[in-house]
Amino acid sequence: MKAYSAWSVFRHALTGNRHWPRAWRDPEPKAGYDVVIVGGGGHGLATAYYLASVHGIRKVAVLEKSYIGSGNTGRNTTIVRSNYEQNANARFYEFSLKLWEDLSLELNYNTMFSQRGVLDVAQSEGMVERYIRRGNAMRLNGIDAEFLSPAEVRSMLPGIYEDSACRYPIHGGLYQPRAGNARHDAVAWGFARAADSLGVDIIQGCEVTGFLQEGERIAGVRTNRGDIRAGRTGLAVAGSTGHVAGLAGLRLPIESHVLQAFVTEPVKPVIDTVLTFELADFYISQSDRGSLVFGGELDRYSSYAQRGNLPIVHDVLEAAVTMFPMLGRVRMLRHWGGVCDMTPDGSPIIGASPIEGLYLNCGWCYGGFKATPGSGWMFAHTLATGAPHAVNAPFALDRFERGYTINENGAGPFFNLH
Amino acid sequence: MIRLRCPHCGLRDHSEFTFLGDATVSRPGTEAAGDLARGGAWSDYLYLRRNPRGVQEEFWHHGRGCRAWLVVTRNTETHEVLDTRLARDRGDRA
Ligand SMILES: Cc1cc2nc3c(=O)[nH]c(=O)nc-3n(C[C@H](O)[C@H](O)[C@H](O)COP(=O)(O)OP(=O)(O)OC[C@H]3O[C@@H](n4cnc5c(N)ncnc54)[C@H](O)[C@@H]3O)c2cc1C
Ligand SMILES: [Zn+2]
Repeated sequence: MKAYSAWSVFRHALTGNRHWPRAWRDPEPKAGYDVVIVGGGGHGLATAYYLASVHGIRKVAVLEKSYIGSGNTGRNTTIVRSNYEQNANARFYEFSLKLWEDLSLELNYNTMFSQRGVLDVAQSEGMVERYIRRGNAMRLNGIDAEFLSPAEVRSMLPGIYEDSACRYPIHGGLYQPRAGNARHDAVAWGFARAADSLGVDIIQGCEVTGFLQEGERIAGVRTNRGDIRAGRTGLAVAGSTGHVAGLAGLRLPIESHVLQAFVTEPVKPVIDTVLTFELADFYISQSDRGSLVFGGELDRYSSYAQRGNLPIVHDVLEAAVTMFPMLGRVRMLRHWGGVCDMTPDGSPIIGASPIEGLYLNCGWCYGGFKATPGSGWMFAHTLATGAPHAVNAPFALDRFERGYTINENGAGPFFNLH
Repeated sequence: MIRLRCPHCGLRDHSEFTFLGDATVSRPGTEAAGDLARGGAWSDYLYLRRNPRGVQEEFWHHGRGCRAWLVVTRNTETHEVLDTRLARDRGDRA
């Protein structure tokens, strides 16, 4: 791989940018690999990269039914944070956030990671107490957290509603300065290019349609481009997990739900951090291009359709103009939906499946983009050694039957309430 | 908007209903209490789902209407509604 540098940008500019080499190869699938990863989203690609770079396992293929990043990786609103209260979550997402901080250098690819902070706005006294408690829990886990006063929140957000104009006055906010967002496609492309340069085969247009069963074991996959054998097979198919695991006869604690996101025409800089308004089921940030990117709740019925429904459009837009009345005249550019793999405790599953040879990376709900490097790192460790790392051990599949759920918001075992 | 034909109220917008989920799981009896081990009836009921990409039977509650529980047969990929009936009429489980 030819490293990208300021010099290469300059040199290619002189020749009209017509001679850039391909960023990754387009190989034919081989008969077999040490590890086959199903799903070419950020998680699958990161897993392949860390298998090759950390564990020296280079006979690896990533199989993607469409093009890489076409799933939730390319559909999400790119918030990266580690402001969790539960120890297992805090440790895992902070591990991931630390990887984000060096990711562009590590991959020699600009992921445009911008630590502009995430501010959870408290709109009731009860929320103040909960946020302070969460902030304290974060600090005990070595994570940056600050509780801001109403005046501090207002000074950061010039366009926000007046207290007198809204039922829910601003009571303060929980701020994580090191959080932020990143360019979603760049994360998939950066991992793909770096993994490819270490010998990983990234095979697009290759859909897994079944598994090669040998006795009790899974020994590879069936695809539209032929059978591919694998020492170990890892699933990283997010919203499609229920369907793909079903091909191996597995039922999982996962239900697929659709989440929508929205983007406006580009405007001048107005919001320089990432904001969440839990009470209004609303969050918003501004992309580097100037578009306001925002979203809200799940559509709440199970769905494999990558599109959502109008009641949510209504709710989200209503929240947008209530929180920021100035947005009333901004035009929407587009909105879309992605299929999220919801679990009954709202936390992911990374580890072995009940079937030998098959490993699971799923249950990311609507929060797995921030996990991309950490998830890849932990899944690679699990696939390479056959056992989980201490950080992902709590996220084992059997936590449900053992009664060790990791339930950040305390909702019961309902997939659409997390 | 998905529209469900409630046997009591007729064709109504889905925003009047609350989705509960897979209607093929059945709640175990008290004799299975405490049984959360793998394959255990309670752990299956609480956590495991078929989650099909295609036709699924599911519970919806007409909370902003007649308050009846319905069993809706719906395609999760196309959102097409194939059948709606009262859960009560199924009689067997819920
Ligand atoms: C609207 C929306 C907003 C979100 N916002 C955020 C956010 O702000 N912050 C955050 O942290 N997370 C967010 N998320 C969640 C996040 O996007 C996901 O958790 C994360 O991207 C999952 O990455 P992945 O690599 O596991 O999955 P994906 O990127 O979905 O990759 C899975 C891939 O598997 C492929 N695949 C499926 N079936 C097969 C098959 N049979 N054979 C081969 N390939 C197959 C798919 O084509 C897909 O490319 C959001 C999600 C949505 C939908
Ligand atoms: Zn009714």
